[in-house]
Amino acid sequence: MNAPGMPNHDPSRFSYYVTDAFYADLVAAYTDWQRDDRVVDDIAVRERVRLLLEREARLLDQYRYEEWLTLYLPNFVYWVPATPDGGDPRVQVAVTFDDRRRTEDRIFRFRTGYAWSQAPPSRTVRLIGNVEVFRTASPTELMVRSNFITSEFWDNETRMLTGWAGHRLMQQDGHWLIQCKQVNLINCDQSLRNPSIIL
Amino acid sequence: MLQRSGNGGGYDWDELVQPDRVHRLIYADPEIFQRELTHVFGAVWVYLAHESQIPNNNDFITGKLGLRPIIICRDNDGKVRALYNRCTHRGTTLCRWEKGNSRSFQCPYHGWSYLNNGRIRGVPWPDGYAVDFRDPKFNLAQVPRVESYRGFIFGTLNMDAPSLANYLGPIRKPMDEWIDRNPGGKIVVCEANRLKFKGNWKLAYDNSADGYHVIYSHRSLIETEARFNDGEKGMSYYKNSPDKLAMYVAYTGNGHHYKDKRPNLQKRDGGLWAIESFHPGMEHVAEKLRAQLGARAEAVLDYAGSEPMNINVFPNLSLLGNHIQVIEPVSVDETNAVWYGTKIEDVDGTIGDDVLREINTLRMRTQEGFPNLGEVDDITNFEQIQRGLACLEDEWIYMNRGMDMPERFRTDDEGVIYGPATDEVFMREYIMKWKRLMQSEPQLTVQREP
Repeated sequence: MNAPGMPNHDPSRFSYYVTDAFYADLVAAYTDWQRDDRVVDDIAVRERVRLLLEREARLLDQYRYEEWLTLYLPNFVYWVPATPDGGDPRVQVAVTFDDRRRTEDRIFRFRTGYAWSQAPPSRTVRLIGNVEVFRTASPTELMVRSNFITSEFWDNETRMLTGWAGHRLMQQDGHWLIQCKQVNLINCDQSLRNPSIIL
Repeated sequence: MLQRSGNGGGYDWDELVQPDRVHRLIYADPEIFQRELTHVFGAVWVYLAHESQIPNNNDFITGKLGLRPIIICRDNDGKVRALYNRCTHRGTTLCRWEKGNSRSFQCPYHGWSYLNNGRIRGVPWPDGYAVDFRDPKFNLAQVPRVESYRGFIFGTLNMDAPSLANYLGPIRKPMDEWIDRNPGGKIVVCEANRLKFKGNWKLAYDNSADGYHVIYSHRSLIETEARFNDGEKGMSYYKNSPDKLAMYVAYTGNGHHYKDKRPNLQKRDGGLWAIESFHPGMEHVAEKLRAQLGARAEAVLDYAGSEPMNINVFPNLSLLGNHIQVIEPVSVDETNAVWYGTKIEDVDGTIGDDVLREINTLRMRTQEGFPNLGEVDDITNFEQIQRGLACLEDEWIYMNRGMDMPERFRTDDEGVIYGPATDEVFMREYIMKWKRLMQSEPQLTVQREP
């Protein structure tokens, strides 16, 4: 994560990419994107996207965070809004709005052995469905809506975390990578008990 | 084991709350919790809302006073009111939305409607009633005393309570300093990190100024903040002998207290920003502002930094970093801890619109840090205390750190007690205040418009 000799703008180490332009582009991408006239019905594309989401779910269930991070662009955001409409992260706090460094902080923290909210760690099983892929103005960019039910066993209890995710994918060297994962919990504006796992 | 006896609700309060320890029942007994809903969340000034949540006439939010559902609104004449969210007809809650703007509220059950000053406006088919609906008993009940201190709205049902200003007393000084940190001293609430835990509400209030838990409960965060070995960041100053540092805890009376970590900082503009741990966008914004503003950038960056104060206003308000934390009791063993984010306003135009926008956005990110990476561990420990309290025969909880060590304290002319940052003196003092409240017999009342 903090390899010696990396340039100063290594997003694992420094946060330079979360700029005005980055926010503006992100908010625009997450505005009015789930449009019927943009649905991708090409089975091959839909299958590729579905495989990506299923792989992501499995890697998170298995705590394989380094492999999980390879699904993401270097400059990504993991975003859990605190309002059901997604809100604007420039003027509102979110449940979570993590850049790469903070995501790696989160993973580092889990592994210290002293993250009491994850000691012992939650066990999770994620179900993903209703995957819909949407075109954007750019041929190298797709938006994906999927519904999720995550069963989380923690502290002698199993609970369900549910909602839908909006993945923004960008094509790089022939691969689709995640630029942003927006996780919309259905109870995101209510009090959450121990919201410490990566959703 | 402790048995119930004859006085003050059937409990021997002096037995339950002793100078060095408290009984498990004060956190675990449902009847004590019920009594708290009147003797604490009723008898003293309870924080209800921030004025920035209802800036315009007819704005409202819904909330709770203890467990009582209330509507906090600015009525059509601009007066701030706390209406019971309860139809006088059959008791139904009138408003189920969390916020909005409305001059009236109509009951979804039989259609009785009320103006937002609490007066009844009308009922369907009044010819079926032999009563005069001008009788004030049909107007909504409301909290009889609602006052603000610099934007913070409080209410009490106790006509014998002192004025809000007197109730707050010396805690106003750190509150003022917290509010006046940015020019013009105006903040605006902007959504919240909302947490809940299966534990008694006092476990959160015990914790907010506790400097003793930091190095253990937040060890994962402190190690994370240090993972690049690039200097003192975040809460790193707790690592070695925190009692020897200039930070301190102070008990100011009426259950209020604060921990002040500001003396640990370098005394210069940017001193706060210098210890800020890692947040999305911080290097970009800092370099941009330094290029744009030169030396003035440091003071501006401090506005995005997390103010190192933990100010606790009994029973349910804490100013922590830049958050307004509100403690909401749900039941004896369930509590919501709502961390409202705040942004600043540029009241006198000294910051400038573009810089203000950048700083507030960065401030959103700094505020998300602790609830995500720190508070979750505390809340887990609160829950595990509640679990430990199931050991019926092991009855006592200690809050005796620093006790009988007078050399650790000093008391000033106003009676404010100062001690080292890890001391539990504030816990002992506030729980004595709590005990006196629980022993008292307050007269609670509601008001209705005439």
